[in-house]
Amino acid sequence: MHDAQTQPTVYHKNSLGGSDIKVEVRDVSVSYGEKQALFNVSLDIPDKSVTAFIGPSGCGKSTFLRCMNRMNDTIDGARVSGSLKIDGAEVNDRAVDPVVLRASVGMVFQKPNPFPKSIYDNVAYGPRIHGLASGRDELDAIVEQSLRKAGLWAEVSDRLQDPGTGLSGGQQQRLVIARAIAVNPEVILMDEPCSALDPIATAKIEDLIDELRENYCIIIVTHSMQQAARVSQMTAFFHMGSLIEVGPTEEIFTNPLESRTQDYITGRFG
Amino acid sequence: MTDSPRTFPVREDVERRLAKRYRAELRFRTAGLTAIGIAVAILCILIGSIASEGVPAFTAKELVLRVELDADRVDPEGDGSVASLRRGSYNRVLQDALREAFPGVTARNDLRTLFGLYTPLNATRLMDAVLDDPALVGNSYVFTMPLADDLDLYLKGRLVEDRTLPTAGRLTASTDGDIVSLRSTTADFTALAREIEQSMAAEARTLELRVEQVRLALDQVPAADAPRLQAEADRHAAAAVNLRQLARAPDGFLPLTGDVPSVIVESGGQAFRLTQLAVDGKSARGEVVLGSGLVENADDWTLYVVDTPESRRRVSDQLIIWTRSLVEREMIQTGFNTYLFANADSREPELAGIKGALYGSILTMIITMFLSVPIGVFTAVYLEEYAPKNRVTDFIEVNINNLAAVPSIVFGLLGLAVFINFFGLPRSAPLVGGLVLSLMTLPTVIIATRAALKAVPPSIRQAALGVGASKTQAVFHHVLPLAAPGILTGSIIGLAQALGETAPLLMIGMVAFIADAPSLGLAGFTEPATVMPVQIFLWSDGAERAFEARTAAAILILLALMIGFNAVAIYLRRRFERRW
Amino acid sequence: MALSKHAHIVTAYGEELDKLADELARMGGLVEMQLVAAVDAVVRRDASVVPDVRKREAQVNAMQVDIERRVIRLFALRQPLATDLRMTISALRIASDLERVGDLAKNIAYRSKDLNTFAPLAVLDRVERLGEIVAKQLHEVLDALSSFDVEPAIRVWRNDDEVDEHYNSLIREMLLSMADNPALVGPGAHILFVAKNLERVGDHATNVAEAIHYMVTAEALDPSDQPPR
Repeated sequence: MHDAQTQPTVYHKNSLGGSDIKVEVRDVSVSYGEKQALFNVSLDIPDKSVTAFIGPSGCGKSTFLRCMNRMNDTIDGARVSGSLKIDGAEVNDRAVDPVVLRASVGMVFQKPNPFPKSIYDNVAYGPRIHGLASGRDELDAIVEQSLRKAGLWAEVSDRLQDPGTGLSGGQQQRLVIARAIAVNPEVILMDEPCSALDPIATAKIEDLIDELRENYCIIIVTHSMQQAARVSQMTAFFHMGSLIEVGPTEEIFTNPLESRTQDYITGRFG
Repeated sequence: MTDSPRTFPVREDVERRLAKRYRAELRFRTAGLTAIGIAVAILCILIGSIASEGVPAFTAKELVLRVELDADRVDPEGDGSVASLRRGSYNRVLQDALREAFPGVTARNDLRTLFGLYTPLNATRLMDAVLDDPALVGNSYVFTMPLADDLDLYLKGRLVEDRTLPTAGRLTASTDGDIVSLRSTTADFTALAREIEQSMAAEARTLELRVEQVRLALDQVPAADAPRLQAEADRHAAAAVNLRQLARAPDGFLPLTGDVPSVIVESGGQAFRLTQLAVDGKSARGEVVLGSGLVENADDWTLYVVDTPESRRRVSDQLIIWTRSLVEREMIQTGFNTYLFANADSREPELAGIKGALYGSILTMIITMFLSVPIGVFTAVYLEEYAPKNRVTDFIEVNINNLAAVPSIVFGLLGLAVFINFFGLPRSAPLVGGLVLSLMTLPTVIIATRAALKAVPPSIRQAALGVGASKTQAVFHHVLPLAAPGILTGSIIGLAQALGETAPLLMIGMVAFIADAPSLGLAGFTEPATVMPVQIFLWSDGAERAFEARTAAAILILLALMIGFNAVAIYLRRRFERRW
Repeated sequence: MALSKHAHIVTAYGEELDKLADELARMGGLVEMQLVAAVDAVVRRDASVVPDVRKREAQVNAMQVDIERRVIRLFALRQPLATDLRMTISALRIASDLERVGDLAKNIAYRSKDLNTFAPLAVLDRVERLGEIVAKQLHEVLDALSSFDVEPAIRVWRNDDEVDEHYNSLIREMLLSMADNPALVGPGAHILFVAKNLERVGDHATNVAEAIHYMVTAEALDPSDQPPR
């Protein structure tokens, strides 16, 4: 534990302080009550790309992900320190309203969690509460566009009023992604989005992530190294609350610089 | 490892223990099934006994009388005004109608007994009918009223043991002064005479045994008690001697006293009550209760025996005969007991109904529902979704859980102290009852709502927060609708519990005889009222036997209400339950 | 495992990788033996080893097929990453190089039969020298392979120049001799081929060195370390 906290993060070439940075993280620490869960994480996340967070369970990657949209606020006793800027604007600031923040930072969770409402209402919920559409037609357009972007339109266009919970797991997850992109966020956070899905559904989601990359900054937490390797351009390895190594995915998976990264990736841990 | 490579030692071990394991499983399942069986049987017995007791109360025997509403009787002022109509002697009208039905009844005593066929309170009902329609004055009017409760029970066969014996011969009756002599051509009375003789002998034997017991006991009691016991023994001995003497029928007739079954002979509108039975079984002596007392060779006659002796029942032979006559003349009809639903409580069981209690319950429940459900639900939402987890909220939570376990009578005391003594709200009012029951129901609603909220998966909250909903939006758009079925079920169960509650209402004066139903309006909340379970409690204490049936009937109605409530709860749960 | 301090969590995976490395080492040993035997046959004018060489050549080919199969299996079932990925890929490359070395050695051994029909040549000393250098290169690179050590691999890679120099001077001398004495053209041609084959073996040894370097460091040998031949 202690060496994890004292050793500095290994940054691959050009992985810190480059151009086109969407999220700039400096010295972010998180603790839940007495227990510190994240130690001084500094990281740059590029725009229009997929960044994967990997690491064993309890390594702090999900905790870090939840810092991005201040979901940690909803947990009693959680304290977040350090600086986290999206497009240069500080996120970790009392003055920033988490509701506003979350409108621009969409989140997709591990288990598909569509609202038990119709497919249409699921997608329309965000735009409705944020007042993004001025009329029924505009809302319809947003719903269609979001579902198209999520690659779900062809499958559900004729049954928009059916309950979202009636879809298959993979479709539900894509519906959730559609719901997230309906409010046109700048960053999409995905917390193990495929861990509950079968390989085909997983492949569809990965394909979708690859498409969405053109327009969004996507951050994905995953337990599957293969998935991180397949979908991401940047990979960050967390271990025991510390960011151990960050670099281009290709380098991380062929030539990790840190022995812990190496051991984790090759399946030689501990 | 043994002789053959195909045998697996583990499998052998498992197989050896298998039978034992299956036996244990079977034992457990049998025990479970037995427990369920016992529970179901007890439930069936409970419901069955209440139902068999209560179902007869849902029908009523009604006396249908054609009454003459003579103007001088019902409109003493002669101006047809309400005040005048109110002063009319409606009971006389009813009495006249009855006297017309039984012209032979003239003696004062007999008349008083005759008027016991109904309750004088019915005169008020007749007055109400006339007040409703003053045009009735001067006309004849068919008035229906419930038969007196004991006769109602008699006709339903729940008051006395009785039977009709077969007759073969022809009956002739002749009057000699007050005494009527009856003769049959065959020995139709033989079996009856033998029975009576035997019962007298048995009674005498019982008395003699008592005498022996008392004599034996004489040696062991203190001297002071001896004379009293001696007197008792002597009395019994004398009675026994007397009985044996009578049973011997010295003059050829067995006397029918009030301690042996009553025998009634009916023939074509005539009715006799037998006082003596001839030992030859062909003749008897008795008195005329109905009709002229003259019968010639009638082959159509009935020998009716009431096995319960007159001294041990609440209706006299006279009333039984009159009632049977009315039934024969089709002046008594059986109908659905509308009085049970249309009337409030009454001292007279045949007129007592649950309307007052039902209205009281409805008014009380309205108060309870509109107080406990919103307050409870919003308290639970706040505690579950907003309140920080700290000592204060822990303390509140513990106290809410404790409140649910507080005996309900304590809430009654609280209601008495706070609502009645401090705020000065009226006693016995549904408003106070509802307030008290709200206090009692609140913890149940809060706990049920919190459980329902807890059961909503956190992923739904996260999903809502994730798209940028505020906390309140997440709760009211997503969490609460999902928890609604659970909240509804919990609330309805809490209300059903309140509906069946008696104890707290004792303290605030809702246990009272209230003859008028509260009005079903805003004013009703402060009018004196009682509620269903309290009504049951009151009736179960009633002196008249007919209240027993009404108690059971009221229990059935309350049970039906409860089942209805729970059915609604189940329906709502099914209807709104969603899967995620 | 030399490349990592820790053992694999999945023991069978680690064993498969170990097996692959062992197999590669065995193949290397066999090929080295082939080369030494072939050079000996030429230099000592002793064609008696040819049947043995032929037999071992079949073995070498079988081993290469086996290693290829193992590598494919690893890719399909284990999806090796990082060091494991580099090791597996390198094993494929090294096995193919070693198989080529085996072919060349066999070819050299076969030529000894023809050479024996001619009178011994003076240039055989030089052939022996070249053979020794090449064999040493191969030996060193195989040592580097079993020890996962880059230093000897880099040394082998640099030493390829020496092989080339020897080869060039031998060729030059042989051509001169053949020009002087046309009778030497027959055996000379065989010697030229033997020399060429030895030089090719040297190249394959450098290939193996490059593969080892990539396997250990994840980087290609920098051309600045030494200009290509």
